[in-house]
Amino acid sequence: MNPKQTDRRGFLKNSAALAGLAVGASASALPAVAAEPPLEKIDELHLYGERSHFVTSVRNGSINNPERRLKDEQVAFGLRTPMQDSVGMITPASLHFTISHGFEPPDIDPQEHHLLIHGMVDRPMIFSVDEIKRLPFVTRFHFVECHGNSSPRGPGGDARVSPNATPQETHGFTSCSQWTGVLLSTLLKEVGVHKDATWIIAEGADEPKHSKSIPIGKAWDDALVAYGQNGEPVRPEQGFPLRLIVPGWQGINNVKWLRRIDLVDEPYMAMMETSRYPSMRLDGKSRWFEFELGPKSVITRPAGGYKMPGPGFHEITGLAWSGAGAVKRVEVSTDGGRTWKDATLHDPIARKAHTRFSAPWTWDGNECVLQSRCTDETGTVQPTVAQVAKIWNADVDFLKQTQQVVGDFNAIQPWKVNRDGSVQNAIF
Amino acid sequence: MRFSKILAAGIFLLGANMALAQTQTYSNIGRTPTKEEIAAWDISVGPDGKGLPEGHGTSKEGAPIFAAKCAVCHGAHGEGGKIGPRVVGGIADTETLTTLHPVRTVGGYWPYATSVWDFIRRAMPRGQSGTLTPNEVYALTAFILYKSNIIKEDDVLDQKTLPKVQMPNRNGFVPPRYADIPDEHKRGCTQGVCP
Repeated sequence: MNPKQTDRRGFLKNSAALAGLAVGASASALPAVAAEPPLEKIDELHLYGERSHFVTSVRNGSINNPERRLKDEQVAFGLRTPMQDSVGMITPASLHFTISHGFEPPDIDPQEHHLLIHGMVDRPMIFSVDEIKRLPFVTRFHFVECHGNSSPRGPGGDARVSPNATPQETHGFTSCSQWTGVLLSTLLKEVGVHKDATWIIAEGADEPKHSKSIPIGKAWDDALVAYGQNGEPVRPEQGFPLRLIVPGWQGINNVKWLRRIDLVDEPYMAMMETSRYPSMRLDGKSRWFEFELGPKSVITRPAGGYKMPGPGFHEITGLAWSGAGAVKRVEVSTDGGRTWKDATLHDPIARKAHTRFSAPWTWDGNECVLQSRCTDETGTVQPTVAQVAKIWNADVDFLKQTQQVVGDFNAIQPWKVNRDGSVQNAIF
Repeated sequence: MRFSKILAAGIFLLGANMALAQTQTYSNIGRTPTKEEIAAWDISVGPDGKGLPEGHGTSKEGAPIFAAKCAVCHGAHGEGGKIGPRVVGGIADTETLTTLHPVRTVGGYWPYATSVWDFIRRAMPRGQSGTLTPNEVYALTAFILYKSNIIKEDDVLDQKTLPKVQMPNRNGFVPPRYADIPDEHKRGCTQGVCP
């Protein structure tokens, strides 16, 4: 920051304080807004633009780089999107969540990168990134969400259940982008898939060569090999130069730095799908290969961490999404779930994408609980915590106490507004 | 005339279902990789052992490799350390799967020995992944499985024996049949959670 900026901030602060003194301590009296506040200028235009230095919203971290941890250095290795600051339905690529499973993202030269498609095919083929870009493409809005997002105990640890949790801590492991790329089906037709190929193995070029088995039906349906994200190349943390997007399915399927697709006739039982991502039943059995994410929504403002400026009008806003398709309806309750009103859904409303919703509200200054509830195009309604417990064949205490990730936890998120205007997480 | 009509209808049907036709459509995009290229890239290993390379190893051979390359993160006996999780485990860990603190060790939770081999080969040791020889990977897999009381110290793991190793939690996953996995609607999954 240059000294001029510091001076300006100091000046504004001081003049606000002076104005406050001048009108006394009356709560209703506000400092007059200057007709022409001091006008600072940005010194030069940037070849790659920057946001205002007054905007400070950033991701926050939860998982530490293991090597740094050995040296007792705390370095974030899983980063949550600041949902509370979001507007519209797109997540800036720079704020897209990431979970690195302990490995750094690779720094890939796109000229050196290739995609190999082989296995049970007529014509194994290898494509350069430029060749992929010459093919017919699609541009689609899709969210990517970690299956542990919003879980009582998830990749973010205990922060999610803290009364002070913000939407970033409760729901920050989902993000939505406009992805541009080639439908995987286009590439599969080029190689000629054998009839008895029933699964694909998608593999990344990162150090651990993350691999994931995906049923072939999804590969033919709407999976895409993306090279573009929000109007620019996919960012390195998001899989540059190629990322497999598997719309509506658990994030782990969306293989970053995609380098190989192997057509096979059974799941290959990779580490993540057999040891990390199965969800545990109470009888000790594990459900493996859960894919599609259920309907979910969260009010992003007013929400945890927000301070109501006082009684009066406040448009409630949030995000809703479903792995099954489009969001059909979002309802908002301001009385703890006794009554619900339809919220407005804002364009674009796309399948398997975040959808922005809003609803008008006038706060009377009393304690209340704000909630949103999403219904998707299949008619599936977002459940309450008690209903989630029932699906898990458990009680709410189990959800409160378990130390494991409760995968696909999509319960309605209540935010409690206190009389002093503070807003708190009221999930339990 | 009649023949050409039938032919035209046939071509129309082919065009209507590209997924069945699957002919190469786009000229001069992509190339055929050599067999050597595919072999060098292809590190897939299936649960039945498909893709496993030649080679062999025992726990005794694995012990010094583990000490040199793995213990720094996973502990001298695979008990886990500040960086790496516990890798040695066994039947006792399956008892924890019904509790609030389920323990998912390689020995106690993972359903397939081939997944152990595959993950060590592709991802370990962190910072030097891809440097282990097939023999070293067989030996390290044997070391972990021996320490987990799943195989004997002298058992030789190779292309044939590794897929036959019975992991303690092999039957702990639903649905058990691969063919039943893909269709979540038939499985009765709801809200992303399957029965």
